Formats: sequence, structure tokens, C-alpha cells
Amino acid sequence: MKLTGREAMRQAMRRAMAADDRVFLMGEDVGRYGGCFGVSKGMLEEFGAERVRDTPLSESAFVGAGIGAAMAGLRPIVEIMTCNFSLLALDQILNNAATLRHMSDGQFGVPLVIRMTTGGGRQLAAQHSHSLEGWYAHIPGIKVLTPGTVEDFAGMLQPALDDPDPVLIFEHGALYNAEAELADSAPAVDITSAALRRTGTDITLITYGGSLPLCLDAADQLAADGISAEVVDLRVLRPLDDTTVIASVSRTHRAVVVDEGWRSVGIAAEVSARIMEQAFWELDGPVARVCTAEVPLPYPKHLEEAALPSVGRVLDAARELVGHG
Amino acid sequence: MREGIDLLRDMLLVRHFEERCARLYQESRIRGFLHLYVGEEAVAAGVLGELEPDDNLVATYREHGHALLKGVDPGAVMAEMFGRQEGCSGGRGGSMHLFDAAHRLFGGNAIVGGGLPLAVGLALADRLTRTPRVTACFFGEGAVAEGEFHECMNLAALWELPVLFCCENNLYAMGTALERSEADTDLSVRAATYGMAAWSVDGMDVEAVQHATRRALAMVRAGQPCFLELRTYRFRAHSMYDPELYRDKAEVARWKERDPIAAFRGRLEAAGVLSPEEAERLDREAAARVDDAVAFAEAGTLEPLETLTRHVYADRGTR
Ligand SMILES: Cc1ncc(C[n+]2csc(CCOP(=O)(O)OP(=O)(O)O)c2C)c(N)n1
Repeated sequence: MKLTGREAMRQAMRRAMAADDRVFLMGEDVGRYGGCFGVSKGMLEEFGAERVRDTPLSESAFVGAGIGAAMAGLRPIVEIMTCNFSLLALDQILNNAATLRHMSDGQFGVPLVIRMTTGGGRQLAAQHSHSLEGWYAHIPGIKVLTPGTVEDFAGMLQPALDDPDPVLIFEHGALYNAEAELADSAPAVDITSAALRRTGTDITLITYGGSLPLCLDAADQLAADGISAEVVDLRVLRPLDDTTVIASVSRTHRAVVVDEGWRSVGIAAEVSARIMEQAFWELDGPVARVCTAEVPLPYPKHLEEAALPSVGRVLDAARELVGHG
Repeated sequence: MREGIDLLRDMLLVRHFEERCARLYQESRIRGFLHLYVGEEAVAAGVLGELEPDDNLVATYREHGHALLKGVDPGAVMAEMFGRQEGCSGGRGGSMHLFDAAHRLFGGNAIVGGGLPLAVGLALADRLTRTPRVTACFFGEGAVAEGEFHECMNLAALWELPVLFCCENNLYAMGTALERSEADTDLSVRAATYGMAAWSVDGMDVEAVQHATRRALAMVRAGQPCFLELRTYRFRAHSMYDPELYRDKAEVARWKERDPIAAFRGRLEAAGVLSPEEAERLDREAAARVDDAVAFAEAGTLEPLETLTRHVYADRGTR
């Protein structure tokens, strides 16, 4: 069956809600409107207004209510329209969801899933385009998932709901329309490890989420130049799966980290530090980073494109590294 | 439901506990931030005496009294302040973060307003699972200035959730008097604009608090949130780091004349329900319970460093 990322997530939510009455969905415009990106379209009709719950524009209250409901034994899925708006709920996510288990000495857990859109490339300018998953990945106590394939859009939700801790899923807006053929009973995917999306011998491109398709494109073009690139999809930003990254870099001896967050103090910096700590002597050259330029994302297409990671920028970084290697 | 003598006993326990905490702090045996409830005891005693054991409680960082009167063992509360693993939060929370799953205490929350959304969520869970339970949520009047307060009042009213909002108006948020932070200081009038029953209560009178709580709980149990403004006063500093530059000694002295414990004791004695000897005995008993709590805390042990990162996640340490 051919599904888009949007349909895959909807199917996963519908299956989870059909299987378990503790699961419910709440967020702004998830019901009547069908979700601001159409992900929950039709679900209100299927499950009713009690379980597909439209909320007021009160990010802090409804995210916190999700935390409370999760502590009380339910399995809420809270949708936040975009990660920029999640900042109005950051207090609840950081000061409550991430801390309650530890502060209560394990007496209370927060089995909550928060889904939100992330990323640029749609000319939505500087308050709707940012990639904040790296910020959240800084926080012990939560887990951060970044699906980069339609399979992962379909398969990550159920294990996230099964997880006893708060799980944030960052859905790149550009992937809602990505299409793939999925088996009808898509297997549950694991949410603990990175995935090798393409094997290669000369260089590893390490990426996640919306940058995965462009790294796969870049790997195709590098192959045409006779450069064999491996592509590691991190998939999970916290806890980060070092093992897969280090194993790959130890085989290829070169790495480019591609991350749509800003370059400073981000995921790419973290991955690069871990490679340095754990595989320094395996490296044939410095780890390169391709990230978003350090500007609030501009509206005009040409400027936005120049700011975001692109196939061209990945190719330049890879070629330079192999040339030097 | 607590009878007169029980209410006095409850308030005495909290008073002795808090006064002892102050001494232990001066002796450096308790550290961190410590916020005492001296003067406000009638509020916790009057409200919590009306809750059922199965009801939920969400409180702030000034929550020792609430924890004690919800039934958490005084030894476990004191051990928590000593940072001992025998504490009700394993020693990890300290004074501001008392938790107890068995007594459905969902935390002392040290973010002003931060507990309100949790209370809304707990009540939402009860609504969705048709569980007949109430969530009592305590917060200071300072929280009324936070956006979270307004979001939560609206959400609880909109979704008709069984939350009892207990606003402890002790007139100051740290050093900021209510009239210096709110354009309209009539808090129950403002709460009522969200579409829920709301009124103000003399928080220095434990029986007044009890009666108001009974009336409010009847509405909450019938499925409507309710807001009580409990007018009270803290006799001590905001925390242990407060030189109290913002209020007059005379003002504090005036409020102390309305000490909720002395007033209630006097009333019981005047009614012939309690003799002065019995009152003294209750006082000694409360002091003895606190002695026992301190002894329990002192005998407590420190968590080994090996488990530093335990309970960050359910399954294992951090990676
Ligand atoms: C969001 C937030 N801002 C500021 C503080 C610092 N702070 C701690 S207690 C307090 C005063 C709160 O006053 P109130 O809500 O009236 O409660 P009270 O301390 O009087 O019981 C402040 C400002 C905080 N803990 N959280």
C-alpha cells in the first residue's frame, strides 16, 4: 500500500487508539479542522470528541494536562502544531515531564507522546521553520525521535506509546508528502537505534529526519563520481546510538554530519564530539558539518535554500573531505 | 471529615514541624530552599481534612503541611529534607519536591504555576476513565499573574474537570505585594469570569475553610471545577534568605494576633470541648511526633553514588 508520511502517522494513531482506550489525541485543531497539517483528518468522526480533543491555544496547559493524564495512567498523544510553538510549553516539558520520575524517586512516570512538526523549506519564514529537536535532545529524562522515512512515520508511534517515559516525535514538514510502499501490517520499528540506510566504504554521511532524503541523493551523486558513501540515519536523537555511528566511521574513516539545526551547539556538534572521543584514531580527516546558517530562516526561496543544508552543500563537504583524506 | 480536635491536632503538627525545620536549617542540617507554612496552617488543615484518601493533591514548594495532612509520614517528609534515601522522594527532591504515590501526592512543584496543568491533566484522566475523584491543586496568589494559571482555569471550566483550585493568598509573592502585581486584586471575582464557582474565605479560620471546602467539594464531585481564595498570611520569611524589607513588623504582629491555632484553641476551650490540659497534651504530642520524625531522618542513609542517574528513565541510566 502506498502511503505518505502524513497518512502513515494517521494510520499509526488510528491503530493505537483502536487497540487501547487509554490512548487519546489532543491539541490545537486536531479534531474539526483535521490537524493543521491534516495528519488527524477523519479521526474525530472515527473516535469522537472525547478522544480526539480540540484544545484552546494554551500550549502550556494542554501539554501539562497531557503530563498529568499520563501520570494518572492514560497514554495521551499531544500534538503541537510546530516546534516553534512548543516553546510556550517548554516549562512543562523540561520542568515537569523530564524531571518528575527522577524527583519522585521513580514513584511517578510520564508515559506521554508529544508530536510536533519541525523544519524549514516551505517558505514559512522565521517563526514556523526552525529545527529545535537538538534543543530537546539536550534534556535528560525525555526521548527524542526524528523519523526520516515513511516507515518510521508509520512505525515509531506505537513503541513511543509503549515507552514508560515521555517521547517527543519531530515530524519534518517536508516528509508529510513523501511517499513509500508499505506492507499493510507495517512492522513496529525499534526506537533505540540508528539505521544504516545505505552502505559504502569511503565516507559516512550522518543525518536524520528531513535531511535524510538529501543525503541519500548526495550519496547517489557521489557514487557517480566513484565515491562510495554510507548513510547513517540517527532516527533517535536521545538517547543517541553511538554504536552504529562509531562502527560506520571506523569502516569509512571519514564523516560528514548533516543536521538542519543551527550549526553552533547542535546535534552535529554532539555527534562530532562523540566521534572524536570514541574513534579519533580511526579518522582520516576532521569531521565535517553541514547545518543551517546562523540566521532566523528568511522567507524568500533563494535565501531560505541558501541557509538550509542542501545536496550541493553535502556534496561539497564530502568531496573536500575525500580529496583531503 | 475531621472533627474540631482533629483539626487542632493537624495544625499543631504542621506548626511544630515547621518551627523545627527552621531550627534545623539554622543548624545547617537542612539546606537548599526552605519555605515555611507558619501562619497558614488553617488552610491546609481545613481543605485536606475534607479530602478522601483517594483524591489527588498537587502542591507548591511550600507544601510540608499539605504532605503531612495528606497522610505522608512525618519521618519520611523530614528525611526528605535531610536528603536521605528514606525520604518520601528518596532524598532527591528535598523540601520543595515532596512526592508520595501511595497518598496520591503528585508533587511539590517549584515552578510558580507549574502544577496547575498537571492538576488539570489528572482530573482529565479521571473524567475520561469515569473515576469519581477530585484533584486539589494548591498555589499562591503569585501564580495568578502567570499565563499558565489563566490557561488552566479556562481549560478546567471548558472541559468541566473535577479540580478544586486552592489559592493561598498570603498577600506577598516573595516581596511583591498583591496590589503591586495585579490590576484587580479581587481574585475570586476574576476566577469567576472563567465560568466556575469562586469565592473568598477567611483562611485564618480553620472552620471557615472547612465549611467552604465542603461546599466546594460538593460542586467539584458533581463535575464542576471550583476556586477558593483562602486569605491568609505567612508569619515567617518567604524562605530562609529573606530579610523581609518589604513589610512592616507591625503588620506581621497584627496578623499574628489572628494566629489560626491560638484562635481555634481558644474557641474550642470556650465551647467547653477542650480543656487547657488537653490542649497542652495535644501540643506535647505534636512535638513528640516531630521529635520522632527528626530521629527517623537522622538515622537515614545517603544514596550511594552508583545510582546517581537512576530514574532518569524507567529502564536504565542515561546514555
Ligand atoms: C515561574 C517562576 N518564577 C519565579 C519563581 C521564583 N519564586 C519562587 S516563590 C515566588 C513567589 C510566589 O509567591 P506565591 O505564588 O504568592 O506563593 P507563596 O510563596 O507566597 O506561598 C517566586 C517569585 C519561581 N519559582 N517560578
